[in-house]
Amino acid sequence: MSEAGGVGGRPPTGSMSEAGGVGGRPTEKMSEQRLAVRKTYKLFIGGAFPRSESGRTYPVNAPEGRFLANASQASRKDVRDAVGAARKAFGGWSGRTPYNRGQILYRVAEMLEGRHAQFVDELRAAGLGGNAAAREVDAAVDRWVWYAGWADKLGAVAGSANPVAGPYFNFSTPEPTGVVGVVAPDSPLLGLVSVVAPVIVSGNTCVVVASEPAPLPAVTLAEVLATSDLPGGVVNILTGRRAELAPWLASHLDVNALDLAGVPDEQVGPLEEAAAGNLKRVLRPTGDDWTGDQGTRRLTAFLETKTVWHPVGV
Amino acid sequence: MQVGRVGDAGGVPTETVAGTAGLRDFLHGLPGVDQVGVEERAKRLATRSIKTSAKAQAIDAAIAMVDLTTLEGADTPGKVRALCAKALRPDPDDPKVPRVAAVCVYSDLVGVAVEALEGSDVKVASVATSFPSGRAPLAAKLADTRAAVEAGADEIDMVIDRGAFLAGDYGKVFDEIAAVKEACGDAHLKVILETGELVTYDNVRRASWLAMRAGADFIKTSTGKVSPAATLPVTLVMLEAVRDFRAATGRQVGVKPAGGIRTTKDAIRYLVLVNETAGPDWLTPQWFRIGASSLLNDLLMQRRKLADCVYQGPDYFTVD
Repeated sequence: MSEAGGVGGRPPTGSMSEAGGVGGRPTEKMSEQRLAVRKTYKLFIGGAFPRSESGRTYPVNAPEGRFLANASQASRKDVRDAVGAARKAFGGWSGRTPYNRGQILYRVAEMLEGRHAQFVDELRAAGLGGNAAAREVDAAVDRWVWYAGWADKLGAVAGSANPVAGPYFNFSTPEPTGVVGVVAPDSPLLGLVSVVAPVIVSGNTCVVVASEPAPLPAVTLAEVLATSDLPGGVVNILTGRRAELAPWLASHLDVNALDLAGVPDEQVGPLEEAAAGNLKRVLRPTGDDWTGDQGTRRLTAFLETKTVWHPVGV
Repeated sequence: MQVGRVGDAGGVPTETVAGTAGLRDFLHGLPGVDQVGVEERAKRLATRSIKTSAKAQAIDAAIAMVDLTTLEGADTPGKVRALCAKALRPDPDDPKVPRVAAVCVYSDLVGVAVEALEGSDVKVASVATSFPSGRAPLAAKLADTRAAVEAGADEIDMVIDRGAFLAGDYGKVFDEIAAVKEACGDAHLKVILETGELVTYDNVRRASWLAMRAGADFIKTSTGKVSPAATLPVTLVMLEAVRDFRAATGRQVGVKPAGGIRTTKDAIRYLVLVNETAGPDWLTPQWFRIGASSLLNDLLMQRRKLADCVYQGPDYFTVD
């Protein structure tokens, strides 16, 4: 009781320090103490930050066991809401010009850079060494910029003008698949960025299940996304138990594709089976080295090819 | 909560209304609606949790109460036929899904619907009386009604003259409803109050009583063309009115909320409201209907979700 009085900033009185016996600390110091203002780590659905519908949280600890924070433990109904938000956002996002999408993703990279120090702190808390954490954040920003650049080049690289035996101009263009469910890998920032950016740059929207042991950087990334012109619902981030959430994502009939990057090998089979219910595109875990060159594989995994036969010379 | 005590006014017989003055005295003698109380009660009832087997029953009940509606300027005979096919077999993959209560169309398309639904128990409802505004001479409204009835409509959804009602000309509104009721013959008459334009709950209560005394078989909230359309508190006031009307006169009148009911959750909230306000007597398609178009797909999706334990997507249900 006396401690609350001291921390609350009330002028310390002799009687209080006597009666309360605040660990023998000088009253001068006590008046300078502030209550810690801690962040509540919530979900990111449709551009908003709700708690889990279930009201559950789970403790997130540093690798050495130190308690870091409570993260929301999403439920199947949060998956449902997130898929609904992603579906709602799909028309608008896929309808933007690739140039505009590239601009917005570049803006995300700018915001990421602005939060550099915060991400370094969080990665350190998640167990990376000082320099390694800074390098990882640099790499994540660079990765995002790299994918942002693909927005208006993908059509040229993945599309084609096809020679055909007839009076037609025949061409193929890549189009986004739709709503993509992403189970993010455990690399808390670089891995996450490396699976989210290629999905949305082509016009897909996504529901991401963040790393289960290290979800905090994902929530901070959500704050970056929320403040960088990205329309609400394009990226939805859930934290919680992979084993609980991934099956609902895999069986959901309004999800069009699945990236299983963070799924342990033994769970891949059942998830693929569930995903077959509506013939989802599935990208199996590739054992990626997230620090290396990424190539276009993740970009092209979630595209549909549209071929047009256009009559000419008639 | 004690709302909707009719008091002495309930004793007035329905058939005799001594001119406009008597009608006005009666309607203004109705007890006022406690706005805060009604909204709180509706909100409270909306928090009821209906799960698993109860939810499955509620979904089937709601499907059977749907008036599947298309009221667009762009309606074609083809679209009406497609809608009728859906009314007869809402989910082509599952014959156990009940049929909807009725198909609701404009009066000129009644013939198409009647032909498509021939031999089934699905009713054909037609909007009439210069829907949705109700701004036309009485002769035109009656001609509209007769045409729909002659074409085979089982139910007529008429709109009241909100201008006359708001101007206090209750006699005109009453006489129009009575005239349309007569023109309906055997067809059931649903009276659309268009509560979004009536401004207050007191007006909703008065319009409900006015319509019931003029001979309405159903009172309906809205056309769906005005926002706000059906809301829970408005429906609560109307359900109280039909409950009190039956207590006073012995005649049961149905209720139909329409417009803005798009999700299964919404629909189940209305069913809870009916059960808790008017009572289970009203929980049948004969006495309670839901006017909707997109609601049906959501009901079907929820129904299949309960059966398959897999979240459904709109890609696998018909577009209407």
